[in-house]
Amino acid sequence: MTKKSFRIKGAGRLTPARTARFTFDGKTYTAYEGDTVASALLANGVHLMGRSFKYHRARGVLSAGAEEPNALIDVARDAARRQPNVRASVQDVFDGAIIRSQNRWPTLAFDTGAINNLLSPFFAAGFYYKTFMWPKEAWAKLYEPIIRRAAGLGVAPKEDDPDHYANRFAHCDVLVAGAGVAGLTAALSAAETGAEVILVDERAEVGGALLFDTSTMIDGRPGYDWAQDVLSRLKAMANVTVLTRTTAFGYYTHNFIGLAERVTDHLPRPGKHLPRERLWQVRAKKVIMATGAIERHMVFANNDRPGIMLASAARLYLNHYGVAVGEKIGVYTAHDSAYEAAIDLKHAGVEIAAIVDCRTHPGEAVVSAARALGIEVLTGHSVLDTAGRLRVSSMTVAPNGGNGKRRIAIDALLMSGGWTPSVHLFSQSRGKLKFDKAKDRFLPGLHVQDGVSIGACNGTDDLPALLAEAAAAGGGTLSVSGSSLYGWTGGMIGAAEGAGPETAVKAFVDFQHDVTAKDIRLAVREGMQSIEHIKRFTTNGMASDQGKLSNMHGLAIAAEMLGKDIPEVGLTTFRAPYTPVTYGTLIAHSRGDLFDPARKTPLHDELATQGAEFEDVGNWKRAWYFPRRGEDMHQAVNRECRTARETAGIFDASTLGKIEVVGPDAAKFLNLLYTNAWDTLKPGKCRYGIMTREDGFIYDDGVVGRLTEDRFHVTTTTGGAPRVLAHMEDYLQTEFPDLKVWLTSTTEQWAVIAVQGPKARDIIAPLVEGLDLSNEAFPHMSVAECTVMGVPARLFRVSFTGEIGFEINVPADYGASVWKAIWERGQALGACLYGTETMHVLRAEKGYLIVGQDTDGTVTPDDAGYGWAVSKKKPDFVGIRGLQRPDLIRENRKQLVGLLTKDPTEVLEEGGQIVADPNQPKPMTMLGHVTSAYWSETLGRSIAIALVAGGRARMGETLYVPMKDKTIAVEVTDMVFFDKEGGRIHG
Amino acid sequence: MFLIKCPYCGDERSELEFRWAGEAHIARPENIAAISDEEFAEYFFLRDNTKGVAYERWRHIHGCGRFFNAIRDTVSDNFLLTYKAGLPRQPVPGPQPVTPDAPEGGAA
Amino acid sequence: MRKYSVFAVAREAMRSHKGWEPQWVSPEPRASYDVIIIGGGGHGLGAAYYLAQEHGITNVAVIEKGWLGGGNTGRNTTIIRSNYLYEESMDIYEHSLKLWEGLSQELNYNVMYSPRGVMMLSHNTHDQQSFKRHINANRLYGIDNEWLTPEQAKAFCPPLDISKTARYPINGAALQKRGGTARHDAVAWGYARAASDLGVHIIQNCEVTGIRRGPGGEVTGVETARGFIGAKKIGVSASGHSSMIMQMADVRVPLTSNPLQALVSEPLKPIFPCVVMSNTVHAYISQSDKGELVIGAGTDQYHSYSQTGGLQIITHTLDAICELFPIFRRVKMMRQWGGITDNTPDRSAIQSVTPVKNLFVNCGWGTGGFKATPGSANLFAHLIARGEPHRLAAGLTLDRFRTGRLIDEAAAAAVAH
Repeated sequence: MTKKSFRIKGAGRLTPARTARFTFDGKTYTAYEGDTVASALLANGVHLMGRSFKYHRARGVLSAGAEEPNALIDVARDAARRQPNVRASVQDVFDGAIIRSQNRWPTLAFDTGAINNLLSPFFAAGFYYKTFMWPKEAWAKLYEPIIRRAAGLGVAPKEDDPDHYANRFAHCDVLVAGAGVAGLTAALSAAETGAEVILVDERAEVGGALLFDTSTMIDGRPGYDWAQDVLSRLKAMANVTVLTRTTAFGYYTHNFIGLAERVTDHLPRPGKHLPRERLWQVRAKKVIMATGAIERHMVFANNDRPGIMLASAARLYLNHYGVAVGEKIGVYTAHDSAYEAAIDLKHAGVEIAAIVDCRTHPGEAVVSAARALGIEVLTGHSVLDTAGRLRVSSMTVAPNGGNGKRRIAIDALLMSGGWTPSVHLFSQSRGKLKFDKAKDRFLPGLHVQDGVSIGACNGTDDLPALLAEAAAAGGGTLSVSGSSLYGWTGGMIGAAEGAGPETAVKAFVDFQHDVTAKDIRLAVREGMQSIEHIKRFTTNGMASDQGKLSNMHGLAIAAEMLGKDIPEVGLTTFRAPYTPVTYGTLIAHSRGDLFDPARKTPLHDELATQGAEFEDVGNWKRAWYFPRRGEDMHQAVNRECRTARETAGIFDASTLGKIEVVGPDAAKFLNLLYTNAWDTLKPGKCRYGIMTREDGFIYDDGVVGRLTEDRFHVTTTTGGAPRVLAHMEDYLQTEFPDLKVWLTSTTEQWAVIAVQGPKARDIIAPLVEGLDLSNEAFPHMSVAECTVMGVPARLFRVSFTGEIGFEINVPADYGASVWKAIWERGQALGACLYGTETMHVLRAEKGYLIVGQDTDGTVTPDDAGYGWAVSKKKPDFVGIRGLQRPDLIRENRKQLVGLLTKDPTEVLEEGGQIVADPNQPKPMTMLGHVTSAYWSETLGRSIAIALVAGGRARMGETLYVPMKDKTIAVEVTDMVFFDKEGGRIHG
Repeated sequence: MFLIKCPYCGDERSELEFRWAGEAHIARPENIAAISDEEFAEYFFLRDNTKGVAYERWRHIHGCGRFFNAIRDTVSDNFLLTYKAGLPRQPVPGPQPVTPDAPEGGAA
Repeated sequence: MRKYSVFAVAREAMRSHKGWEPQWVSPEPRASYDVIIIGGGGHGLGAAYYLAQEHGITNVAVIEKGWLGGGNTGRNTTIIRSNYLYEESMDIYEHSLKLWEGLSQELNYNVMYSPRGVMMLSHNTHDQQSFKRHINANRLYGIDNEWLTPEQAKAFCPPLDISKTARYPINGAALQKRGGTARHDAVAWGYARAASDLGVHIIQNCEVTGIRRGPGGEVTGVETARGFIGAKKIGVSASGHSSMIMQMADVRVPLTSNPLQALVSEPLKPIFPCVVMSNTVHAYISQSDKGELVIGAGTDQYHSYSQTGGLQIITHTLDAICELFPIFRRVKMMRQWGGITDNTPDRSAIQSVTPVKNLFVNCGWGTGGFKATPGSANLFAHLIARGEPHRLAAGLTLDRFRTGRLIDEAAAAAVAH
């Protein structure tokens, strides 16, 4: 590789004084600050930057922007801060950057994968649909792994990303996407009206085409200078936000725009406080799309060698970066704009071998200007082929349709097939495109959101017209004048001379995916008529550049082959994002604890102090069990169970959902929402309630306490609280709006401390004030308001263990201090703390069900053995009709029953399936499944609850739970395993 | 992300504050206990699922908490009107909005 | 039909692939058909194929509004599995999986069925109970599905974070090894080619605008953009648009059409060996043969035919993906898109006779339609040919919403398809 510099003295806008050093594939290079990786490598004479996806063909940088399909590189600061698939044409060089090429082995210059290129006749589009089918298993075992290894581009990071990302929501009157001449004008026009304006541009600098177009004058100054001046004016205005290095990547419903701002990827040593990238989610009253146009390549044989690039890219490398892309440069064009690249290069002292123009009548002004500089212009000629292994070395030129091939030595070849308006954002906004037949391009037609397209993306080519359009779009009275040296004409889409249907050459349409013109024709030949089929069959436009260069060419080649007009074949709708967006940016802060903030009870820290192991229940962290030193979970739970039954246990029940139902019609409302009757419940009493939806299946359950005539304290399951409240609100607001009832979620207002066990009363009695806790005065299923340690409290005499039990509700802020006092009392009397696991065992011993574990949304109250909780007297309740449907009243429904294993030491698996005959062939007839199964320390044996078809009629029957390695025999029993008479609960 | 005007708050707010609540103007039968299985299925399960101008319910759950009705074009997703719960089915206001093309595109 | 083989490809390679025939033909419609299938996705094309192949009914047309496979067939994340809970679901999805296993050979079209394993992550006790219920039911039904410890899950999928400090640590996983992915377009094209070869007419760009009925109420044909086309029987298989088509025959179906989004990353070298799903954090992910990470996002909450959805759904999905796989935070989203899923109240499909004579419907596959494609198509063909459901699809009737005999996979397990 040459050491020679391709910097042109006096050209470009970068400062030689400020340099940066970086490595590319291990070799060190020097760049100027402001260089992209591509411009820096080109300045060092390096064109070979990548390998293509399928054939592993050697590729150089094709563009100088976001449309780059070839020069995809891996950029790293360190092992963790490594980014694959970065466009060399977009990534700024920073000092110390470690750049590697991708998709090659062992080296970029010598890549064994290039054998695919030799085999390419076999690898035509869609070949994989036709082969690799024999033998049957070989696809997944043999062929697919080989294909997968060959495919893919970059290597995913292997380490956790240490960088952080940010997110901003913003609202504005006008969002301008693109800070080229149109966008700057529109933004200034809008800003002068006082509107809140956000102007974004994906490049580091504003100016758009003015960055390379040195022949345009605006307001009497060179375009670039004018652009910088407008920028400083905008930046000085308080109502304007200018975001560079920021891509408007998605235009969503209701004028919602996603922006990705690259904050630090260009900095050599970014401060730790800076996010790497920032997501902006903007709601704009109006969106002005000034997204410009992208130059197309020419589709001809071997148009992909390193050194072959877009003419405008070469012009940008020269005029902005001060880099000549070669020493003897050819031009192949169908559009006048390429002449200006040749003219600029010639002025800079670079030899132009020839301008080959497939048109017979190019714009006269550019031809004359080129010829005046001594450049050979071959009109009505085409480039039929190129040569050169790792860099283009020659082009073969011939007059159109005639003989007389001529081989011209070159080291770079600039192409222009004309310009494709960037209608991506418009298309994402779901606007309807229209086809401009005269210029073979799709333009924005009808905008369906509050947006407007201006400038090159709108097909407005004439500069004065563009400036007027842009100023008008901004809504102000701004007037800007401008002139271009040359008016541009021309453009073509589809295959050029020598790459037509009669040929077999490789004329690339989609560079990254190696889709050639003949692949597209093959798709048509195979019956693909829709552009979507052609795209999917060939993968044209599906690479990481998403068809920015290839879509129009592909469409034209298909249309020609089909003998149809282009609009008839259709255009693939562009999907977000415009350019790829980092997951980290889209996530921003939502990681770790902020991914889904954990809900913790007011007692959480106390429980943690006591050594609780926690489990996730929905978004709650609940104490699971409290292991003492040396105890495993099983031992801890056994101890907790034993203590709770013999003495007492203390449990944090704060996660229980709580809803305050208040109002003169509160009882009437609950009558409608629960299957039970509530008007008969007296103040000071509680009742267990079951809620069904209209379909009659159990939706939730819980104890409801009536505090006064018009006030109920409703509890729900931990997971069910939000949906139960929403369900209640729905009926209250929309079905029963005349009821005078108010609903308030109080889940987080109360800390709930359950004290359960024979000594429960002894533990809490000294702390409770103003309430007689005796059985007579305060029996099971009572509720009262009182104070506990002077704290206002609601005290429930309820039990989920079968023991005498109390649930003390105190305001959340007092929870910890009351808890401590109770725990102190409890310890003195030999009580323990217990968690959800022990709670589960104790309730299962009593046959209390857990909605969501023992029921699953297909269980009726009767199935669960709670038929008694369904009022037979009420004229209406939610679920009354659903419960009467044929399938809900049929025989042999699955019912909750108890199961006892024949071997008492065997604990069933929750989720185990139950059969009558374990020896039947598969598929077996399953009768139901085990919903709960535990070791009962109290009973000294295992217990289980199960849903079994016709379960209640099977008492005493032996059934089987076949496991993977054994079959477990079980006996169907009652669900109540302990204290069947229920005496203990009344203490 | 939608921008939705809550008819109670009077403000346009982000969709994040709202929950969709299904088709609007489906009243619970007065005599629900007496209706047939077919009528129950009709009430509880069958929906128009309209393509085009549809009446639907939303709830401003992270706001005022109220349920309300909306008229939305389910092709463009544009809201034509939002109005308070309890009001009768409102007429579709103004000229019909433009219906965009269905986007194409798909998986890898 | 020219047989596809490595030899055929080699032979064509010698002559620039100029000898290939169209994979299917698009003839002018006949005046009438024995059967018209409305909807040219995988299910509809497959049903046409099986009508011809297994039931000898070849006078069949598939009528498609747009282009073949352009609906959910071409928009999904291609996950295949059969480890469902209820017998009705296991029946149809396992039937489907068995057909997937031989589909490339049956159609002589490589659909790239790749049994790379589908692993569902369990994050809590509830997940574990539910997954074990599935695993046991599957085993007794003859369907593979196994429980993995977190360490085994990590070994199966190395990028997975199984640390205890994760927001939702993993306590195990359920793995169906025969589950995997396939190439979605190839399924539509493969069925289209095979059906076309058997004489089925494939009519694209032809919107059905009405269903005509005879004096006895029976269907007699369809009004289309290209005029009336007669039919003795009509099968509707129009996924998200099924409500609209059925309304043309005055039949209401219990469907809600919701946007469902998905996204792919830029292509990467192989990093992700299987399919992983997590219901607790709402995400599923695999890597395509091209190297893209294919990620399914959640359903937007409202009903819509826009085929777009909110950015917040995408970001939330990526939150979850990067929570499970923190190494992917620097990976980039390359393309996102949306489809329209047709969801039933019990999240199980409808494949049924209807109140209208000779009108049959196959819809409501929600987010499970792709994996069901061969099985659904095969059984739908049976339903249309015989006028009554196959044993394996007998539970998927419309009538279940009257009787209450729902197949509530969602309620039972809260596991996404």
